[in-house]
Amino acid sequence: MSGYVLLRHRDISDIQDLKVYQDNGGFKSLKKALTKLKPDEVTDIVKASGLRGRGGAGFPTGLKWSFMDQGNWPHYVVANADESEPGTFKDREIIESNPFQFLEGVAIGSYAVGAEEAYIYLRGEFWQLAEFLDEKISQMEKEGLLGNKLFGTDYNLKIHTHLGAGAYICGEETALLESLEGKRGQPRLRPPFPPAFGLYGKPTVVNNVETLTNVPQILEHGAEWYQDLGTEDSAGVKVFSLSGRVKKPGNYELPFGSTYRELIFDLGGGILNDAKIKAIMPAGASSAILRATDQVLDTPLDYASLRELGSDVGSGSVIVIDETISMDWVIKKTIDFFKHESCGKCTPCREGNYWMSFLTKQIQAGDKSEEKVQMLYDVASNIQGKCLCALGEFAIMGVLTSIDRFPEDFGRNGKE
Amino acid sequence: VNELLSKFPQDIKQILEKYPADQKRSAVMPLLFLAQRKEGYIRTSALSEIGEILEIQETEVASLVGFYTLFHDHEAGTYRIQVCTDLCCALRGAEEFLAKLCQELGIQPGETTPDGLVTIEEVKCLAACDKAPMFQVQTESGISYHENCNVEETLDMIQDWKGNAKKAGGSS
Repeated sequence: MSGYVLLRHRDISDIQDLKVYQDNGGFKSLKKALTKLKPDEVTDIVKASGLRGRGGAGFPTGLKWSFMDQGNWPHYVVANADESEPGTFKDREIIESNPFQFLEGVAIGSYAVGAEEAYIYLRGEFWQLAEFLDEKISQMEKEGLLGNKLFGTDYNLKIHTHLGAGAYICGEETALLESLEGKRGQPRLRPPFPPAFGLYGKPTVVNNVETLTNVPQILEHGAEWYQDLGTEDSAGVKVFSLSGRVKKPGNYELPFGSTYRELIFDLGGGILNDAKIKAIMPAGASSAILRATDQVLDTPLDYASLRELGSDVGSGSVIVIDETISMDWVIKKTIDFFKHESCGKCTPCREGNYWMSFLTKQIQAGDKSEEKVQMLYDVASNIQGKCLCALGEFAIMGVLTSIDRFPEDFGRNGKE
Repeated sequence: VNELLSKFPQDIKQILEKYPADQKRSAVMPLLFLAQRKEGYIRTSALSEIGEILEIQETEVASLVGFYTLFHDHEAGTYRIQVCTDLCCALRGAEEFLAKLCQELGIQPGETTPDGLVTIEEVKCLAACDKAPMFQVQTESGISYHENCNVEETLDMIQDWKGNAKKAGGSS
């Protein structure tokens, strides 16, 4: 068996070719699911595998599938390919290079929740990728892998692509659904969650691309195999997008339980110009930023351990900051992003990001007075817990942790 | 006369088929992309045409143009070069790349070259953080990515566009 679970194109070139994919076990899992397993049994296997959502929240996938309201039909599956978090570029490589495994995952997920229509929501910039997927989808239709009465069963499935048009917020699942319904991408109040009230008010599962791409392999090799790849708390493998001040940025697939030291120094080749590493942003611009101490570099990468360190796995977008960079500049950049991307629905996020942008600009320009820094800290603290979605929470994460953990970059001498 | 409908009847039919018959509104973004073809921006008249096709108000269509950054309500260069200068790209020289490119072209971000060929814009993350400096080029026919860029090669590419534009202009 090959080493990769998701980035299998690195072992098997041309796996984006339907024949090659099929020669390497492709669509056997879909056939097995449809002809030998009941939908609930598929969900149970995914539950037992310990697979958690790879889009950022880490919610158990099988559990999400089991929440679908059985009294309200039709059901929908929506694959979230809106990938817009600064530092995240894994879904693009998966779709580009191993598209059929992703599409097979969409099909198996759809069968498991009884959906006969699935949508793939791609960020608008992935224009070429959507055309590429459309070709792959029509190939599958021609081969009888999509369409009516699949594998001689009564199950029918159609998969459609849908392009966004440049809005980070549409990665949030309810904003994505609004957008797919033809509205501005603004989050809904939750609950009800999408498995109860989703697309067109119908039960809907929204899963990240990477999450779904795991599913065919889990069905092929079994839940236990997948569990064993990772740690007790975090099953399986994760694609980490490594960027920032490293020599070899790129996507790296690692089992949970690996360390930042392996990722950044062994695989990523270390820091540009052999400078000293200063900080790690584990989850893109939304990160609670970590000081890159030896302890942090050697902590096993999994959901529980990162939480103990005061951060999160998120979508696995690891941005590396070196000693030449000041954290006040880093948060000026992240706040600039969140100010631009706030959808404007909730006042604390819309106005708060405006004020944080105003203040981070002044601080970065040199005004590191205690009054300014404290005001920034207060504004950030007042956004916390007051918005419909996580964008506001994400925006303040970098601000609060930078000031707390890197006080020297804000004219403060105190230690954390 | 619904100009959009008469220009792209087949495309519109195909787009509408993707969504349930009673949920036509879902087609509004694909139709806006369609309307943006040719001119590179969305004519005001297209808003009511889309509204008519989908049976929604013109203002509802317009609100989407304002919300989503890939829709444009005004004319720009034939090629929109959109350079990502977000955190990860900036950590790998994107801001210097943008400044140098603008300097060479003699324009500021947001401006268009006097020949109307190129508009330079500064944009947010494009999910290519490992390949900075990078930009996308938005034209009437779609969006393409350009990664691991340098200013010299980018200027060469713009020269090629100029040549193509001349050829197209001469032959028509």
